[in-house]
Amino acid sequence: MSRDSGMPKRDSRRGPLLRAVSAFVISIAAAGAFLVFYWSDRGTAWLGGSLALAFAGVGAGMVFWAHGMMPDEEISEDRGDLASSEEEIESFRESLAVGENKIARRRLLGWLLGIAAGLLVLGPVSLIRSLGKSPLPVLFQTVWQNGMMLVTPDGKPVSAADMPVGAVMTVFPAGQVNATASQTLLLRVDQAALKLPPERSGWAPGGFLAFSKICTHAGCPVAQFEKSINVLLCPCHQSAFDVLRGAVVVGGPAGRPLPQLPLRIGRDGILRAGGDFSGTPGPEFWNKA
Amino acid sequence: MISRLARWFDERLGAASFARRALDKVFPDHWSFMLGEIALFSFIILVGTGLFLAPFFNASETRVVYEGSYQALKGVDMSAAYRSTLQISFDVRAGLFVRQMHHWAALIFMGAITIHLLRIFFTGAFRRPREINWIIGLTLLALAMFNDFTGYSAPDDLLSGTGLRIAYSVLLSVPFIGDWLAFIMFGGNVPAQVTISRLYGMHVVVPFFILALLGLHLMILWRQKHTNCPGPGRSNQRIVGSRMWPVYSTKFTGLFFLVFAAIATLGGLVEINPIWLFGPFNADAVSSGSQPDWYIIWLEGALRLFPSADIRIAGHTIPGLFFPGVILPLVMFGLLYFWPFIEARVTGDRELHHVLQPPVASPVRTAIGAAAITFLLVLIVAGSQDVVAVAAGGSVVTLRAALRILVAAGPAAVGIITYLWCRSLKERTS
Repeated sequence: MSRDSGMPKRDSRRGPLLRAVSAFVISIAAAGAFLVFYWSDRGTAWLGGSLALAFAGVGAGMVFWAHGMMPDEEISEDRGDLASSEEEIESFRESLAVGENKIARRRLLGWLLGIAAGLLVLGPVSLIRSLGKSPLPVLFQTVWQNGMMLVTPDGKPVSAADMPVGAVMTVFPAGQVNATASQTLLLRVDQAALKLPPERSGWAPGGFLAFSKICTHAGCPVAQFEKSINVLLCPCHQSAFDVLRGAVVVGGPAGRPLPQLPLRIGRDGILRAGGDFSGTPGPEFWNKA
Repeated sequence: MISRLARWFDERLGAASFARRALDKVFPDHWSFMLGEIALFSFIILVGTGLFLAPFFNASETRVVYEGSYQALKGVDMSAAYRSTLQISFDVRAGLFVRQMHHWAALIFMGAITIHLLRIFFTGAFRRPREINWIIGLTLLALAMFNDFTGYSAPDDLLSGTGLRIAYSVLLSVPFIGDWLAFIMFGGNVPAQVTISRLYGMHVVVPFFILALLGLHLMILWRQKHTNCPGPGRSNQRIVGSRMWPVYSTKFTGLFFLVFAAIATLGGLVEINPIWLFGPFNADAVSSGSQPDWYIIWLEGALRLFPSADIRIAGHTIPGLFFPGVILPLVMFGLLYFWPFIEARVTGDRELHHVLQPPVASPVRTAIGAAAITFLLVLIVAGSQDVVAVAAGGSVVTLRAALRILVAAGPAAVGIITYLWCRSLKERTS
C-alpha cells in the first residue's frame, strides 16, 4: 500500500524523523554542556549526566534513523560451504609435500635444528627465577624468639598490668612491627577457665594467650574476638577458633588451629615470648610436612 | 574527496571487492545477539578510560604520608598506589568520573560476557561448526576475570587487599609448585613490596591478549556467518537478516553510543568502590563484611562452605582450600571448555548447525544449565553469608548449615524441575 502512494509513507516516517531530530539536538546541547561543566570544574554528577546525555542522543538518534527511516527488507542468502573442496585439499597436500621433500633430504640438519631450538627455550624460561627467591625458608620463618618483648603496632612494650581479662590487642616482636608474618593476637582470659593441652600448661601465665593472627585457612587477619564464648572469628570466611583450648577449630572452613606463641611475664611485668609459634603461621601449602 | 581517498587505498591494497562483500554482508537480527556487542563496546570503553587513568596511577608500595585534599585521611600512612588513587578521585579533574566509569565498564563487561555465554549455551550455538569460537570465548571470559581482579586490587585499599590475601592463599594451595607460583605472581609473602607493581603490569599487558582473541573471535564469526533464530526461510543452507550497510551498521554504532551513555550515567551518578572509605591496606587489619566483586564471589562462597579439611599425607599437606579454590574453578571451566564435545559424544549429533534451538528443544542441556546457575547462585549467597545472616537477624552457623545442604540439593531439584518442565512444553508444542 505504501509503495504506490507517497502520503502515507511520509506520515509513517514523521514520528521516527521527529524522534531522531530531537535526539541529535539534545545530544548537541548536552555535548556543549559537558564542555562547560568540564572547563568550569563541576562535579562528577554534572560531567556524567551531560556526557551520558550527549552519547545517548547520538545512539538513540541512530537507532531511530535505522529503525524508522531506512527501508529494511529481509535478505535471504546462501550460506555456502565452510569446508574446502576435495581438489583444494589435494592441491594443498601437493604443495606441502614438495616442501617436505626438500627439508627431508637433510635429516641431520633437521635434528640439530630441533635440539638447538629446544635448548634455546630453556634460557628464556629460566629467567622466571629472577622473579623471586625460593619461597620455602620465608614461609617457615617467623621472627619470634625466646625472650623477645611483645610490642604494640606503635612499638610500645605490653605490660601485664595494662590488660584486664577480656582485652585483646595486636602485637609484634619488639623492633619488628613490619614483620607481617609474625603478627600476633594477644588476649587475656580467666586463667581458671583454660583448657590447654598439658604440654602447653606453662604457655599462658596470668591467662594471657597469644596466637598467630593470620588465619590458617586463607590468610586473613583473625580479627574478631567474641569475649562471651572465648572464640576468635575470622571475618573473611567465618572460621571459629576456641582460644581456651589453644585455638582449635570449632567451626568454619579452617583446617588446623592457629599456632600459639608461648608467653612469659618478666619480673618487670612486661610480656615476652617464650619461643617461636607452635606451628607455621598462615595458610597451608603442599610442600609442608 | 572520499572517492579519491578510496581509490588511493585501492590502488595500493585492492580492497574494493572485499569492501563490497563487507557492505552487503547479511547479519541476522535478534535482541540477544547484542550481548556480545555490549561486551565488545565495554572493552573499548575500558581501554579508553584506562588510557586516561594510567598516567595518574602510581603502582608503588612505597610508604607515603597523605597530604591531599581528602581531609579524613590527612596525615595517614599509606602506599603510593593508594595515594595516587585518592588523587585520581579527588584532585584530578574528571578523575573520579573516569575511574567510576572504568569500574562500571568492567562490571558490565563481565556481565555481558556471562549473559552472552548463557545465550550461546541455552540455544546450542556452540555446536558444530562453532566449537572453536566457544573455546576462544571461554578464554576471553577467563582473561577478563583475571584482568578485572588485577585492576580491582591495584588501588591497594583494605578491601581489595583482603581479596589479594585470599588469592595468594589459593595460589599457594596449588600442588607442589603453589609456593613458587604464589611468590612469582605476588613477589613474596603477601603483602610484598612488589605485589601491586606486578599486578598492575599484568593489568596493562593482558588486554593485548584480550584484544588479539577478540579479533580472532570476530574473524571466525565473520567467516562462519552468524546463527539464525528458527523461522521461515532459515535453514542450514540459508541465512536471513539485514545487510551490514546501512541498517545493521547504523544500529550497531548506535548501540555503542547507548552503551557508552549507560556507563557514563553509572560512572557519573552511582558511586562505586569508594576506596577512601575502606582506608589504606594494612597487613594486620581487615574489615568485616568483605565481599569481592560479583564475578568472583561464587569462588569466595565455595571457600566459605567447604568443610574443614587439611590432609597430611606422605610428608605433604593438602590444604582444604585446594578443593574449593583450585579444583572447583578448574572443573567448572573444564566442563565448559569440553561441553560441545561432551554433548556431541552423548547425543551422537555431529551435524552442522546454523539454526539455533529454543532451550525447550533440549531438555537435558537446559536442565544442566539451570542446575549450574542454581549452584552458582547458592555460592554467591554463601559469599555474603555474614552480611545475609546479619540482615536476616540469624546466625552465620545456621545459615552456613542451610547453604551446605542447599548447594547440593538446590541444583538437583532445579535441574529435575527444569527437565520435566521442558519435556512437558516440548510435548505440548509437538
